[in-house]
Amino acid sequence: MATVFKKTSMLTDKPFHYCPGCTHGIIHRLTAEVLEELGIGETAIGVAPVGCAVFAYDYFNCDMMEAAHGRAPAVATGIKRVHPDKAVFTYQGDGDLASIGAAEIVHAATRGEKITVIFVNNAIYGMTGGQMAPTTLPGQVTTTSPYGRDTNHCGFPVHVSEMLATLNGPAYIERVSVHDVAHVKKAKAAIKKAFQLQMEGKGFTLIEVISSCPTNWGKTPKEALEWVKSDMIPNYPLGVYKDITAGGDQ
Amino acid sequence: MEKQFLIAGFGGQGVLLIGQLIAKAAMKQDYEVSWMPSYGPEMRGGEANCAVVVSDEPIGSPLVSEPPVLIAMNKPSLNKFMPMMPAGGVLLYNSSLIEDPELREDITVIPVPCNEIAEKLQNARTANMVMLGAIRQATDVVTEDSLIATLQDWLGEKKAHMLDINKQAIAEGAAVVNA
Amino acid sequence: MKKLMKGNEAIAEAAIQAGCRFFFGYPITPQNQIPEYMSKRMPEVGGCFLQSESEVAAINMVYGAGGAGARVMTSSSSPGISLKQEGISYIVGAEVPCVIVNMVRGGPGLGSIQPAQSDYYQSTRGGGHGDYRMCVLAPSSVQEAVDLTQEAFDIADRYRNPVMVLGDGLIGQMMEPVDMDLCKDRKPAEDLTEKTWAATGHVPTEEAPRAIINSLYIQPDVLEKHCQKLQAKYDAIEAAECRWQEEETEDAEIVIVAYGTTSRICRSAMRKLRQEGIRVGMIRPITLWPFPEAAIRSTLKTARQYLCVEMSMGQMIDDVRLAVNGERPVDFYGRTGGMVPTVTEIVDKVKAMYDNDDLHKAEKAFNDTVGAVGNAFNKLGQKIEKAVNNPELEQKAENFRKQASDVANRAASGLAKGMDAMASTLGKAFSSIFGGAQPEEPKSTETVDTPAENNEGGEQ
Repeated sequence: MATVFKKTSMLTDKPFHYCPGCTHGIIHRLTAEVLEELGIGETAIGVAPVGCAVFAYDYFNCDMMEAAHGRAPAVATGIKRVHPDKAVFTYQGDGDLASIGAAEIVHAATRGEKITVIFVNNAIYGMTGGQMAPTTLPGQVTTTSPYGRDTNHCGFPVHVSEMLATLNGPAYIERVSVHDVAHVKKAKAAIKKAFQLQMEGKGFTLIEVISSCPTNWGKTPKEALEWVKSDMIPNYPLGVYKDITAGGDQ
Repeated sequence: MEKQFLIAGFGGQGVLLIGQLIAKAAMKQDYEVSWMPSYGPEMRGGEANCAVVVSDEPIGSPLVSEPPVLIAMNKPSLNKFMPMMPAGGVLLYNSSLIEDPELREDITVIPVPCNEIAEKLQNARTANMVMLGAIRQATDVVTEDSLIATLQDWLGEKKAHMLDINKQAIAEGAAVVNA
Repeated sequence: MKKLMKGNEAIAEAAIQAGCRFFFGYPITPQNQIPEYMSKRMPEVGGCFLQSESEVAAINMVYGAGGAGARVMTSSSSPGISLKQEGISYIVGAEVPCVIVNMVRGGPGLGSIQPAQSDYYQSTRGGGHGDYRMCVLAPSSVQEAVDLTQEAFDIADRYRNPVMVLGDGLIGQMMEPVDMDLCKDRKPAEDLTEKTWAATGHVPTEEAPRAIINSLYIQPDVLEKHCQKLQAKYDAIEAAECRWQEEETEDAEIVIVAYGTTSRICRSAMRKLRQEGIRVGMIRPITLWPFPEAAIRSTLKTARQYLCVEMSMGQMIDDVRLAVNGERPVDFYGRTGGMVPTVTEIVDKVKAMYDNDDLHKAEKAFNDTVGAVGNAFNKLGQKIEKAVNNPELEQKAENFRKQASDVANRAASGLAKGMDAMASTLGKAFSSIFGGAQPEEPKSTETVDTPAENNEGGEQ
């Protein structure tokens, strides 16, 4: 009998702890599959964040380090400088990367640190119970913006991919989504390209993945995916923001 | 034996170098030495000073709060540190830049016209070397040979051609003390 | 061959010679010569110097590189070390070895850039959050800074725990002769094993399974076990790594406790005080944690008072008091904010303590009394001299002599009684004045600890 699907060896057998309908699981799988397919997984070193993916070290089947909140790019820098020939990646959420870790991500990017960052943007703090994130949409209700995010009071969402694409250090930056099969396929291709460019020593690579958080958005999994399409993507347009192999910024 | 020096002036006068050369020359003679600079927000033309201690036993405090030997390369340094000297101390001051100083009577005072001599040697930058020669002559803290050898090390091959002029400046400084 | 080197540069070179190949740091005075030196030297030895965007990033890069199995160092000064505390706590929790240099400056806040010792609490009590300890080495000379920096890497690797080298602006900026030949190409200590735990990006084996470098233990019972394991390590560090130096403590009546820069000033003060006959000694902690408690307790035999001298408002004094445990008075002298105590200040302080000691007060009272009685006798004697010159008054003179001798006897016996009374109240300390015999009071039951065998204070 032909095998049509096999779980990647780059994920452990530990069941994910994520909520039903959360797309972290998909993003984990895509990352792990890419590591395996490129043959760099066994010797990869990953850095887990603080946030919903805090236990990522239990799932990715390679050497892993757990970083303090926001510091994953600095930790990855230390690792990569010691092992320049290994695939080094961080897996970070929006609070971790775009709020408390804003300095670390900007400087890892501008240094052209040869790492791959999987940036999961779901516009909310999940693990701590649905507080406003740096990427929370204007008007979006969270537990710390109960009247909806008032931009006059607490400003506007951070557009990480756009912002980092203005720097010279990054080799590849793309924003993708995983709300349907077609987009999942595109997301995997983006992640693959990022790791390839890292291994070629081209520079800093970051894939921003728009993700859902049904639990904290107060939606069913299906409604959440709809909301990604109707509200998230218009605010966070998908596409390649930087690609040094394309002969110019997009 | 323990000899303590406080060498003060403004940044760029080479006061830190005077101190380092004394410390290095003394180290060559197997003395215990310490050299401690003043440090502050990095700026040009600010005050600079260093404390040098030369001893035949391990050095306690590397700071010199009551300098038995004070080298003042400019007037603010003289005004600041002379009051801290113990009676019987030795003051060497740069008489080219310090005019009509009010000097204490309970210390030995040696005026050294550093800049005048340096200009006479047609190398204004040797003013600190003139003072170095005077210090050595007045205090005998290191031998002449070890000081010259240290100077030679410091100049290295690249600046070996500067040795003679610096030696000359040192000799002129020593002559002031002998006079 | 000896070389005149700045403390900061000597520390940097020592680290390289001990196999440190990674350095992450951020500029802050007074330690800038360390990153500057590293930026020049690391490329020469095939290592990596990286100027980070902040101290926060630097310590996390250290965490990454240390977790990846390398010998790694960072350096900073007080405000920057505050920023590193989060990272240090994670590094301890994840059991990653590294070396952190703190060239302490005056605080709190932005403070000053001059030398201080006001980070004692921060470095010895944790600084970051959680149940942890960190070995803290406090050099007092440039040569010692070199030696301790190299040892720091071994200690860090041995226990998989960060080690701090704690100097101050003076240690960092001062130049002293260093023998660099002795520290050249120093190999890791022989007891150190391969870092099979490290995240090197390796295919897992039985000896080196998949590495997870982590400080998260979400189950309280598991975290408690982890903390107990860490504590066992700290116990081992306390037993094996405590270092101190004793100077002239054998007969010391006043024992100074001081470390780093301050200990040097105290050493100069001690020389002056000894010349004046005051029996003063010093315990210089080389490790601030573990603190040389046993060494301090061993001086209880002779010590009547302790003086803790710091460039702070008094932090290490807590540890001195804990060691002395109320058995002797512990006094304090400190300057802070970047001010450095002078030799004269310490001499004056010790003299005041000496004079204030009940023993020396009594001694003085005794001497004064003897002097006064002597004077009285002298005057009496002079009168007698005059009297005996008059033959008519010979008989009177005879009586005079008798009276004088009576007076003398009475004075002597009164004095003796007084002395007995004083002796019994002042206890055994008086024995030294009265010729060494122990007073007949009950023997002290206190036990006096002997210093640990690994006392490295051989320099005394």
